[in-house]
Amino acid sequence: MTAQQDVHADTWTVAGRTFASRLIVGTGKYKSLEENAAAVEASGAEIVTVAVRRVNISDPSQPRLMDFIDPKKITYLPNTAGCFTAEDAIRTLRLAREAGGWNLVKLEVLGEAKTLYPDMRETLRATEVLVKEGFEPMVYCVDDPIAAKQLEEAGAVAIMPLGAPIGSGLGIQNRVTIRLIVEGAGVPVLVDAGVGTASDAAVAMELGCDGVLMNTAIAEAKDPVLMAQAMKAAVEAGRLAYLAGRMQKRRYADPSSPLAGLI
Amino acid sequence: MSLDDSLGIRVNGEHRRVMGGISLVELLNELGLDPLRVAVERNLAIVPRSVFAETCVEDGDDYEIVHFVGGG
Repeated sequence: MTAQQDVHADTWTVAGRTFASRLIVGTGKYKSLEENAAAVEASGAEIVTVAVRRVNISDPSQPRLMDFIDPKKITYLPNTAGCFTAEDAIRTLRLAREAGGWNLVKLEVLGEAKTLYPDMRETLRATEVLVKEGFEPMVYCVDDPIAAKQLEEAGAVAIMPLGAPIGSGLGIQNRVTIRLIVEGAGVPVLVDAGVGTASDAAVAMELGCDGVLMNTAIAEAKDPVLMAQAMKAAVEAGRLAYLAGRMQKRRYADPSSPLAGLI
Repeated sequence: MSLDDSLGIRVNGEHRRVMGGISLVELLNELGLDPLRVAVERNLAIVPRSVFAETCVEDGDDYEIVHFVGGG
C-alpha cells in the first residue's frame, strides 16, 4: 500500500466484473429522469439498480430510463423489487435477462409490505434456482451471518444485508452482525437499504463492506445531486478509514501533546 | 377467431384486437415499442428476441411486455 492510497486503484470484483466505484445507486423515486441521471453522474456509480415493469401500452412515447442512463456506460442491475415469492422473482429475472442480455442481477424476495423485510426461505430457494439457470445473483438479505453463509453456499455472488428497513433512512442498526457477515464472507458484502445520510454509508464501509447500495437517501434528499456527491465522498472516506485501520478505543483521555518537558 | 379475420389477444392484462397473421415484431411495431428494449412473455413462456420476427400472433394469446424502469 502506498503512503497516499489512491482510492480509484482500489477496485472490487463481483462475478468476474471489476468496478472502481463502491457505491451502487437506485433509480427510483426521482422527480425526473434528468435529475436521476445527474445524481448517478455525481455519485460516480458504475452500477445502477433498475426494476422490470410492464410497458405503458397507452403511451409508449413517454421518456424512458435508457434514454437518460446509458446501459453501455453504466451497468444495469435488474432487481426483483415488489416480488413476494421465489416464483415471481425468478419470472421477473428471466424477463430481465431477456430484456438486457446479462446474468448479473439483484434478487430480493420480500416477506411483507410493512417492513419490506426479506423472506429468507423464499430468497434461498430463488437463489438456488437462479444459480442453476446460470444467473449471478447479488442477494438482498437479513443481517444474519448464518443466512448470509447459506446464500453464499447456494451460489450468491454477493451478499447484501439490510442496514435498516428499505427506504427508512435509519442507518445501520446492527454493526455487530454486519461485521460478522463481512468477516465470514468469501464473496463481496454490500449494505443494501437503510442508509439515510453520508455518515451511514461511511459506517458501512468502515465495517469492511465492499460497497453500499442506496436509493431513497439520495432521491429524497432536498438536493439529490449534492447528496449523491456526499455519498461518493462518504463511501470513499469510509473505505480509506477501513484500510487505514482505526485506533483502539479507550475509556478515558490520552493527551496528544507530550507530558515530558512541561514548564 | 372472429368473422372479420382479426384476433383477440391480451397485452399486459388488456384486451386488444389485431389483424390476423401478424408476427410478434409487427405487434410490437403496432404498439409503438422498440423490440430491442423490451422482453416478451407469451402465454407465460419467454419469447427470445431472436425469434420475434418468426413468432405468429395467435387468437387468445396472452402477452406480458416489460422493460426497465427506475427502481431501487
